[in-house]
Amino acid sequence: MIIVKHRNTFFAITGAIVLSSIISLIVFGLHLGIDFTGGTLVQVTYPTGRPAAEEVSRSLTEAGFTGYSLREAGTNDYILRAQNMTEDQRANLIDILSVDSNSASINQLNEVGPTVGKELRNKALVALALVLICILLFIAFAFRKVSRPVSSWIYGLIALITLVHDVIVPLGFYALLGKFAGAQVDTLFVTAVLTVLGFSVHDTIVVFDRVRENLRINEERNRREDFGETAGRSLGQTFVRSVNTSLTVLITLLVLFFIGPESTRYFALTLLVGIIAGTYSSIFLATPLLVEWEKRRSRK
Amino acid sequence: MLARRIMAIVILLAGAGVGWFLYSSQISGSKPFRLGLDLSGGTQLVYRANFEAAPTDDVAGAMASLRDTIERRVNLFGVSEPIVQTERGGTLAGAPEERLIVELPGITDTQQAIALIGQTPVLEFRLLKKDVEPPGTGAPIQNINEFFEAPAVTGKHLTSSKIEFNQGVGGIANEPVVALNFNSEGGKIFADLTRDNVGRYFGIFLDGVPISIPVIREAIPGGTAIISGNFTAEGARELARNLNYGALPVPIELISTQTVSGTLGGEAVEKGIAAGIWGIGAVAFFMLLWYRLPGLISVAALALYVIAVLALFKVIPVTLSAAGIAAFILSIGMAVDANILIFERTREELHSGKSVKDAIAEGFHRAWPSIRDSNISSMITAVILFWFGTSLIQGFALVFGLGVLVSMLTAITVSRTFLLALGIEGKSGVIRFLFESGSRRS
Repeated sequence: MIIVKHRNTFFAITGAIVLSSIISLIVFGLHLGIDFTGGTLVQVTYPTGRPAAEEVSRSLTEAGFTGYSLREAGTNDYILRAQNMTEDQRANLIDILSVDSNSASINQLNEVGPTVGKELRNKALVALALVLICILLFIAFAFRKVSRPVSSWIYGLIALITLVHDVIVPLGFYALLGKFAGAQVDTLFVTAVLTVLGFSVHDTIVVFDRVRENLRINEERNRREDFGETAGRSLGQTFVRSVNTSLTVLITLLVLFFIGPESTRYFALTLLVGIIAGTYSSIFLATPLLVEWEKRRSRK
Repeated sequence: MLARRIMAIVILLAGAGVGWFLYSSQISGSKPFRLGLDLSGGTQLVYRANFEAAPTDDVAGAMASLRDTIERRVNLFGVSEPIVQTERGGTLAGAPEERLIVELPGITDTQQAIALIGQTPVLEFRLLKKDVEPPGTGAPIQNINEFFEAPAVTGKHLTSSKIEFNQGVGGIANEPVVALNFNSEGGKIFADLTRDNVGRYFGIFLDGVPISIPVIREAIPGGTAIISGNFTAEGARELARNLNYGALPVPIELISTQTVSGTLGGEAVEKGIAAGIWGIGAVAFFMLLWYRLPGLISVAALALYVIAVLALFKVIPVTLSAAGIAAFILSIGMAVDANILIFERTREELHSGKSVKDAIAEGFHRAWPSIRDSNISSMITAVILFWFGTSLIQGFALVFGLGVLVSMLTAITVSRTFLLALGIEGKSGVIRFLFESGSRRS
């Protein structure tokens, strides 16, 4: 099996991807959206044409807005991110945003109080921890039967390593998206990451299940086969299935990204990246790691 | 074999029946899909009940009264199908926060929505603490809890109110006042309070502002009270009218708002429907191309899946948000997952020389653990997401979870029944070709 044979090449590729994701995370960082910090998000549209950003900014500053950001969206829209508004600001929002003869119309207005943001931030962390714990338990359960020559917990550990890979890649990608498209970490992003976790762990388990099944069959038939051979054969047997199940999901996500609603665009993109990473790692990372570990162990 | 074929026909007929229900209920509008505010357009307001300002032992009762009063108020303004509900939120540490969520479909002027709710007065009767000088009326009081005891009678005890004119000096009706009628519980509390505390002061508060702080001269039975506070006739009339629509037992503070315009919502629905259709089409095309005859069966199973889930959305009913639509479209891609597992396994069994019939049976049998495991890990995520969720995420989690469950059912029962009902025997080249997949030649 070519993937197992050239595993060092794939380790290098994987390392490069993970490293660039981490660099992207460190350099660009993730910016928390108002869901988690509290604040105001306004999508304002100008049916008669969008005025210059400076003019809108001047009007906003006059009305006492500070520390806000104004970003172009669509053809006639602006997205305004600001701190929580005062009652006066809220009451006069349309007047404030209408400058010159360009009357504003509000497409979307979200205000999140600081306590709500803090609560959601805590909840998101707890949800993340819960999903990780449940998946750990699930892995432990899936690999409860002892198998040779590689003990069960190694399968579990490798499944976990691929999981880390599957999360770091979309995180790094999102940091990039934040830098160049202003994407912020909101509840939908957290949802996407958790969904990727649930989806990709099972991909790896399917391959490993097949490895153990083939090991068992070999033992029953008294057939001697190099572990790398068995693992490679198992990978070959599940390869089409892995690619195809991901492919159908990717098809729907691509559709969602290109023609779906605006509000779930980055969500679809994050899932897309996460699921590609998940499929990649279950094929090009999990089994090669397993073989590598076995080779080093038997060399001792 | 006959039983399988009858079963297959029953499934098809049932699917057609449910499909007809979907179509007719949507055309006639008798049971439309329920759309969330981000799709229908509208405003959601989240309030926090401020029990620090008005402590009470009966938080649940106060919240229920709060909800009823706001609901009545919202209904008055002819908002169609508003949702008013209470929720206990809270950071992990500290006392939970009591919240009120108001959803107003069709109202896209946030300010108007806030004003609509804000007209509801907060009414409280609070005893002045002993040995405290009564503060001035007409202006909000700082440290209100240092002056006054917890509210005894509140808006939740109010049944009706009307304007009256006090007999002034010389029997001339001059001062307009507002008369309040309490329910039996409120009447009893008020009677006991006045009987036990003759000589003390009590404050009547509207929106946290003391309107009057009279001294209790005698017990007041009968469940009525009078508010006099230098009203003009017009002011008293407006107050009485407002109080008749209900008064709140506890002050509320706005903590979150969300408004989506109808155009944006409508656009999201259109794009969601388009994405759904294209998603189904693309997945079906792929399955047919790659898996041929079994692919055709998986498309039938997918169609039944879509019909079943959409019907469930209507029957339960599930409030669809943009995130929910995304979950549904995602689930289309995942629904064929089980079919792919089964078909790949079946193909392997065929290659090992089994007959088509045996290969199908073995394929189902061997693929089952993988199908089960994949659905377990997805369900774990769905359940946790539902718990984590704001309404947005809960919409996603609910649809996602439903999709996972229903797709597992349709994949293992429907596909299996159809495949076996075809009753294909033998190993001829044509049959082999039909069961092959796109990756290899037989």
